Amino acid sequence: MSVPFYVPPEQLMKDRAEYARKGIARGRSIMALEYENGVLLMGENTSGALFKISEIYDRVAFAGVGKYNEFEALRVAGIRHADVKGYSYARSDVTAKSLANAYSQTLGHIFTQDVKPYEVEILVVEVGMTTEETRLFHLTYDGTLFDERRFAVIGGLGEELQEPLERDYAEGMSLSDAVALCARLFAQAENKSIGPQDWEAAILDRTAGRRMFRRLGADDFVAAAL
Amino acid sequence: MSDDPGQPLSLPLGVVSPTSSFTSVLSSQGLLPSWDLGDGTIDAAEATTVLSLRYTEGVVMIGDRQATAGNIVAHRRVQKVYPADSFSAVAISGTAGIAIELTRLFQTELEHYEKLEGSRLSLEGKSNYLARMVRQQLPLAMQGLVVVPIFAGYDTDEGVGRLYSFDVVGGRYEEQDFAATGSGSMEAASHLRANFAEGLDEEGALDLGIRALVAAAEEDTATGGPDLRRGIYPTVVTMTADGFAEIDEERVAGLSAAALEGAR
Repeated sequence: MSVPFYVPPEQLMKDRAEYARKGIARGRSIMALEYENGVLLMGENTSGALFKISEIYDRVAFAGVGKYNEFEALRVAGIRHADVKGYSYARSDVTAKSLANAYSQTLGHIFTQDVKPYEVEILVVEVGMTTEETRLFHLTYDGTLFDERRFAVIGGLGEELQEPLERDYAEGMSLSDAVALCARLFAQAENKSIGPQDWEAAILDRTAGRRMFRRLGADDFVAAAL
Repeated sequence: MSDDPGQPLSLPLGVVSPTSSFTSVLSSQGLLPSWDLGDGTIDAAEATTVLSLRYTEGVVMIGDRQATAGNIVAHRRVQKVYPADSFSAVAISGTAGIAIELTRLFQTELEHYEKLEGSRLSLEGKSNYLARMVRQQLPLAMQGLVVVPIFAGYDTDEGVGRLYSFDVVGGRYEEQDFAATGSGSMEAASHLRANFAEGLDEEGALDLGIRALVAAAEEDTATGGPDLRRGIYPTVVTMTADGFAEIDEERVAGLSAAALEGAR
């Protein structure tokens, strides 16, 4: 009978975390920040068909970086969770908090129990009628949940983007100012120029009616002088 | 239905295939609405007359507001015309409770698809899906709980308004000019048939539709026409290139008063 080698749990967790971090470091970052009418989510994405930012429910959006099949599975599960909840109770009962908690439990379980951890980092955003009611939840590969204010960054360039964003962020920016700020910080961090067709961006606009999610198109990028 | 009310709070990660419908997600969690009848029949509230007609810019859909149970007015302010998504709408007739729940399920299903796939179903796709939902109700229809909708919308691919009627077995029929269903539908349809003309503008289509509903209410006791005394007016919506829009009550009130005057 073969006896498995003893691996201390500290080592096991460290190895898993390192593995997940390596995967995420390769992923392009996504930034979320509040502007005057809601929240802007923006990142570099050369594909016009495969998205990283998505609508979950009326006021809730999702963004994921890392391994596509993994964050896509989380996105689909999130839409299901929200639709089932909204159908069973009421539309106003669907909140980012409950969804973020469900994601946190799921990612935490996968991190410790599954063969390999998910190589993902995700954002769950809910736009409120005021800044105080707006929620930016940031989740990492092991299910750790951060409740961010005003702005959040996920992905490989997280640290490079966080600092200049803290410095340059201003409350109550217009949409085009917010888009321009994102574009400038990404270009600085990556040290290259990024064309308007290579952005993926969407907003949760609290003035837009029931479904507040909208993808930004060429017109919006022209308005921000990209 | 089972006693377990289901698990609406779990995160359904991989319990069903990634492309599966909202209905199968509900079903996997034991949340799908179902009505298992024993023997015998019950007298549930019935939604009565709804109709739809085409005009130059799209389609208009109109429903009365009354639900009737036997010879009793069960509800006076029922909504029978619902937006299905931003370019289409469903109008219901038959057993109100079941029809309203099916409409809610249909709405969620369309939005669910749109969010998962990143694109809307085609108008034909939506109508086929609705036909399937009606077909699944056949066992209940055999026991008297019939649900027969009308589906109409603006076809953004073709740039035209289209409308579909259904029967109890889930048969789906695309109608050229107009459709009506419910207890007053014979009267409404014959009014529409006599007065429909090619090239109606919005005002003309709204006027004709409301007159047809008034005609149905005159002959069918279960249909509630415009009630000026209580201020209850039909639900009137349009679907055009600009999407779904509800006509405001003031305008409907004016058209209703004129139609009632004409019906004297």
